[in-house]
Amino acid sequence: MSETTGQTSGETAAPETGNGTQERGVGMRILGALARVREASVLLVAVGLAIYFQSANSAFLSQQNILTLSRYAVPYVVIAAALCLLLICGEIDLSVGQSFAFAPIVMYLAYDKLFLVLPLAVLVGLLAVALVGLINGVITVYLGVSSLITTLGMFFLLAGLCVTLTGGFPATPPDANTTTRILGEYAWSGTIWAVVIVILLQLLLSRTRWGLHTYATGGNPLGSREAGVSVARIKIGNFMLCAVLGGFVGIIESFRISSIDPLAGGPQLVLLCIASAVIGGTALLGGVGTATGAFLGALVLIILQNGFTLQGISAYTFNIILGIAILVAMILNVYVARLRGAGRV
Amino acid sequence: MENGNNSANGSANGNDFLRAEGVVKNFGAVSVLKGVDMHVKKGEVLGLIGDNGAGKSTLLKTITGFHRPDGGKLLIEGEEVNLRSVAQARALGIQTVYQDLALVNELSVFHNMFLNSELTVGPFLNNRAMKEKTARYLEDMGVRIPSIDTEVARLSGGQRQAIAVARAVYSDAKMLLLDEPLAAMGAKEGALILDLIQRLKEERGIPMILIVHNYAQVFDVCDRVNLLRNGRIEFDRPVGETSVEELTEIVVSEYRKARQGKPTSG
Repeated sequence: MSETTGQTSGETAAPETGNGTQERGVGMRILGALARVREASVLLVAVGLAIYFQSANSAFLSQQNILTLSRYAVPYVVIAAALCLLLICGEIDLSVGQSFAFAPIVMYLAYDKLFLVLPLAVLVGLLAVALVGLINGVITVYLGVSSLITTLGMFFLLAGLCVTLTGGFPATPPDANTTTRILGEYAWSGTIWAVVIVILLQLLLSRTRWGLHTYATGGNPLGSREAGVSVARIKIGNFMLCAVLGGFVGIIESFRISSIDPLAGGPQLVLLCIASAVIGGTALLGGVGTATGAFLGALVLIILQNGFTLQGISAYTFNIILGIAILVAMILNVYVARLRGAGRV
Repeated sequence: MENGNNSANGSANGNDFLRAEGVVKNFGAVSVLKGVDMHVKKGEVLGLIGDNGAGKSTLLKTITGFHRPDGGKLLIEGEEVNLRSVAQARALGIQTVYQDLALVNELSVFHNMFLNSELTVGPFLNNRAMKEKTARYLEDMGVRIPSIDTEVARLSGGQRQAIAVARAVYSDAKMLLLDEPLAAMGAKEGALILDLIQRLKEERGIPMILIVHNYAQVFDVCDRVNLLRNGRIEFDRPVGETSVEELTEIVVSEYRKARQGKPTSG
């Protein structure tokens, strides 16, 4: 008989759900507006910070500093935007910073030890990190290990490999030639790559089936699967894309600084990029976010860091502000997720 | 029960859209479907009823290619099919509206409408065409929503169900499976969905299986009812030859037996 009671209570609950929908409608409308202005507000913060730092120190907007800032921002911007894709489909890649360090090392070995021509060596480096992404994806999707754990393991695995393969010492990338100039030696090449990659990722997200399915996968994984979306393919594909972009920007960076550093992929890099994506409006629970938002989030963090450096403020202060910014962004995200969760009853 | 089975087998095979013969599905040691014989004629609405845990959802997911049966066979329009995926069942015209509706709250109505069958121009989404078609489809079906740009999260339960049904219908559906189409809905919204089902039956002649716990609400729109119990279809009769009261009696007698601690019939 207990089942009959359950059934009745289910029926009486129905009209209440109907009313809830109305309230939820208003709540979601406000949050929807908030989400839409999120990017604009992050942009506003970036501009505000730029104006403030310029007034404090006129060197901030000098051509030299803009060049420095934009070159320094390249890895953060690209990795944040790439991570954003993965976060939207409900996963995370903590090892992307190590892919950043690993790809140039594999490229260097292919060039120096296997005597491949440089473009081919670059390709080998990218294939290596594509494999890393594939392994991350397969372990997460098919073996059911949380991506937080999968990629944490991969983080240490790659960190060890990077040091082992190089003997722990930085290597020097090949001498200047057309390939290295295109890939990073020319002063603005990294910046151009970064902007192009962010634009392409944003197009992928908002204008293609892949992007739509990425949102669907993160928003309602079971429902997407029922609708026939290949959730496994989307997730594994995004793991690979994220790792390849991380590796690619690592190669660009190695040409820029003319050094292949086995320790380049420390935790600071990936954590800052996750922070950038979150500040830019990406929901860690999936379904929400934009590459542009992640780009702007990274920009804000880099401007803060650079501005503080110019003012002679210590890195500790930067960390305090970064911490507060992440907490505020996360509280907002949790609030959004809670309302959406209520909407699913 | 004997009669029921006879009438099921006695129907002309040529008229069946879907036919299940002795379908078995086990999960480990648990046998959920123990040989289901079922058929849906062309243009027919079949009410599939059964208690919680009778295996309704398992049967549904077997027909839609989500689960692979451990025994028996499925025939679509007289031909045996070996469904390996949901996509394959969909390609054969079997469209399902799941209880959770498979809608993505974060996406707009028109993106949900075309989820996984998006219209594109080259590599890019053709949003304009999808919006136009969505508006036309919903108008044709008499479904009214505030805006097709709205995120699905902002719609009511009835509106969401209607969108899910419309999506299934316009994905070249030859047969529709509706899992608890009136779940968590008030009378007003439920009536809207029943009207929708009635119209689909009359205007398009799409065969449908309504999987329901609460049969009384959908009794009027069904042509025939099947009762799934203990992993088998134990009752199969046209609605003209049975009544809500009779179905209730069958279900209640089961509860009585259970309360007296007698073993259930099998």
